[in-house]
Amino acid sequence: MRALRWVLTTMVVAFIVAPLIIVAVVSINANRYMDFPPEGFSLHWYAELWNDTGWRDAITTSLSVALTSAALAVAIATPMAFVLRAYDIKLAPVIYALGILPFMLPPVISALGALVFWNSLGYSGRIENIIVSHAIFFSTLPLITVSLAMETMDPALPEAAQTLGANPRTSFRTITLPLLVPSMITGYAAAFVLSLNEYIIAFMVSRFSVVTLPIKIVNDLRYGFTPTIAAVAVVFILIATTTFTLFALFGNLLKFLGADPAILERER
Amino acid sequence: MSEIRRPTRGTWAVLAFPLAMLAIFFLAPFAIMVATSFYHRIEGGFYEPAFELASWERLLHGVFIERTLFSIGICLLAGAVCIVIAFPFTYFLTRMRRRSHVALLVLIMSALALSEVIVGFAWTVLLGRSAGISNILVWAGVMNEPAAYQPSFLAVLLGLCYIAFPYCILALYPQLTRLDPELTEAAQTMGASPWRTFWTVVVPIGRPIIMAGFLLAFVFTLGSYLIPAFLGRPEHWTLSVFISDQATFNANVPFAAAMALFLTVLSLGVVGVVTWFEGRTRGVA
Amino acid sequence: MLARGGLRLEGLVKRFGDVEAVAGVHLELPPGQLISFLGPSGCGKTTMLRMIAGLERPTEGRVYLDEQDITDKPPHVRDIGMVFQTLALFPHLTVAGNIGYPMRIRGVPKQDIEARVEELLGLVSLHGLGDRRISQLSGGQRQRVATARALALEPRLFLLDEPLSALDANLREQLQVELRLLQQKLGITTIMVTHDQREAMTMSDLVVVMNQGRIEQIGEPLDVYRRPETPFVASFIGRTNLLRGQVTDGEVRIVGRPFDVDRPVASGPITLSVRPEDAHLQTTTTPERNALPGRVVFVRDLGELFECYVDCGLDEPVVVAGSPRERVEVQQGQPVSVAFPREACVVVAET
Repeated sequence: MRALRWVLTTMVVAFIVAPLIIVAVVSINANRYMDFPPEGFSLHWYAELWNDTGWRDAITTSLSVALTSAALAVAIATPMAFVLRAYDIKLAPVIYALGILPFMLPPVISALGALVFWNSLGYSGRIENIIVSHAIFFSTLPLITVSLAMETMDPALPEAAQTLGANPRTSFRTITLPLLVPSMITGYAAAFVLSLNEYIIAFMVSRFSVVTLPIKIVNDLRYGFTPTIAAVAVVFILIATTTFTLFALFGNLLKFLGADPAILERER
Repeated sequence: MSEIRRPTRGTWAVLAFPLAMLAIFFLAPFAIMVATSFYHRIEGGFYEPAFELASWERLLHGVFIERTLFSIGICLLAGAVCIVIAFPFTYFLTRMRRRSHVALLVLIMSALALSEVIVGFAWTVLLGRSAGISNILVWAGVMNEPAAYQPSFLAVLLGLCYIAFPYCILALYPQLTRLDPELTEAAQTMGASPWRTFWTVVVPIGRPIIMAGFLLAFVFTLGSYLIPAFLGRPEHWTLSVFISDQATFNANVPFAAAMALFLTVLSLGVVGVVTWFEGRTRGVA
Repeated sequence: MLARGGLRLEGLVKRFGDVEAVAGVHLELPPGQLISFLGPSGCGKTTMLRMIAGLERPTEGRVYLDEQDITDKPPHVRDIGMVFQTLALFPHLTVAGNIGYPMRIRGVPKQDIEARVEELLGLVSLHGLGDRRISQLSGGQRQRVATARALALEPRLFLLDEPLSALDANLREQLQVELRLLQQKLGITTIMVTHDQREAMTMSDLVVVMNQGRIEQIGEPLDVYRRPETPFVASFIGRTNLLRGQVTDGEVRIVGRPFDVDRPVASGPITLSVRPEDAHLQTTTTPERNALPGRVVFVRDLGELFECYVDCGLDEPVVVAGSPRERVEVQQGQPVSVAFPREACVVVAET
């Protein structure tokens, strides 16, 4: 059994890591053409990301879309999560389902829906289209994180605030909202990452007028490979790994992923 | 009902913004898509309001049915492979020493944070002829000449598993950390080997989350566009690719709309059926 | 202190669907006292407290504070201070932040808040802990912060919902005394909900015993103990022996044996309550009246406490308790008699 454990774990790790390593190797290849073993080493494809305006613009576009749409997603989700959990509303499950649905459906459906919607308004191919569509479809993430925070909050807190003289608005502003901020940030981060990486909705909604990073990568791949694409991939991988490593070191990664509190005590 | 939990007019005012946003930017698009599926297609990618069943009729054509069956098949397979590997893996993970436990989680989460584009791209390289596995094997002297393993069915399957795998683990993780170690210890004091304990104690207890993880992987892979597009030939494309293709390159939006609605019903339907079935058989084991 | 904080409840009823949590309560409470609502879980005591606080709306009935009808007023205008079972301390604020909260939201100037917070910290013996985070405090310290916060604005009513239930036994007893002394010092009308009768007995001026949404008895602690009015009150407060029998021709008979009681009784069934410490063991003779013969089924000799369980033919064994001085040498199976002095026999039910 122990051997099986070791084999399984190694296989899984190899599976996950293999494509990443290959991409990393390709990205530092001096040669323009992918080959193995690589002929020389160079970091100049990384420099390309900065120097080539095509890539710079795509990165900037993606960042602005992600920053804005994530904020909008949180703005949509937070009032919903708060009201649904703080008050007894009969239609709560239905409203919550409506909030969950956009994310649960296959993205191509949402993308097509967005496409026909913006077309019918005669207002297509703009960056605002992507921002709004992303916000709606990723609002599920902050909805879930903030709802969870509301659920784990002591229900007596707003009651205590009110017995101390706070009216419902003040109670929300001074007690509930500050306690929701961490979950709002988590929801923001999740929506941000998803928006940054998202292809199909952005593509169908803006077609060829707005170029986000994923769109540029796909377009470039159609015309043949450049190691710059690999460089982008490596940058993303590094950012992700660094973020989570920092989180693990300074935050509580296990708790964040839903681990049983008892496991945090166990030091095996 | 606690008095302060009673909704007031102000409560509904607060709810108005998110509800309006969802209504305008989610429900309305969906409704328009339903309507579009009945519209008349014009050459050049346009369409005009009408009421035709032409697009819906095409759903009955062999091509579409074939695509649908293929999509369901490969996604069920990917879901099954993912959960079969993810379940024991996550179980072992939760029992590891702190350091390796956390390190693995960092790895999984990093993989999760990658976009489908990057994953698709990485696998095209890994399974390609220039800088992939076969090249390594040639360099190591095991193979004579490099070979491309993509585009192929296997490539699509591997890619789908890759993107679904971290989600499976995340779905299984919370409950598996809550699995009381005394349950497995008790089984072992009663004479069960670790292997038997796993199959007779851990798996039955984990059935609900195994189902949930499987469903999650299925729906998720069904929605994947880039993986089948990158790693497969048209015969390996899933419905997501097909729909997107029809909407953009083939410029037949009404048909795409009809298919998208069908896919919606399919996704929700499968989830509904499996959940219902699981609910009925629970407690029998 | 001004004697304000007189509470009156009129016909209070609370229904949750089909369940009647509070089934018609009339109560008039004197100001300046510590009153306990005592009863088992589900008896309606917490619901009553929450209706007084404004956190639940009565289905029927009215609530008056100093003769003002506050029934329709929301909690934040009721001039109350409340300590919750979970304490409900705000985790994102410090100790000073928590205590100063009611003043901060009313726009009291910062210096005045600081001064008052210092005063309150002193009142609950938490000097110098103003900057601590809640998570750094012990259970007892948290309890004191919750108390200080509730009393910050000198409310007319001080409400406590099982405030000590999260603490361990020793700490509980210590804080019971502290809270009581604090309340007496401030002279504030205090209503405390508890299921622990010892707590109620320790701290209260008045005990309101509740069961199934109704008030069974109101009285001073010792009165309620010595003169319970119903079998429920008799067995909920302390332990008791319930002797069930019949009254015929004016004579009380328990298992056929005659009993004298302190008041006239009507014919029909009757239940007497006698505390274990008031009953005596007789090993030699059986007195003619107010005594039951029986057999020892269990002896519990704890050194500081002596208990004897005797089967006298009733539904349950009779328990005789006493201090070491009153110890009697008995063995399991030995035939004995139990004497129930007339003044200790309380009539608790005549149905």
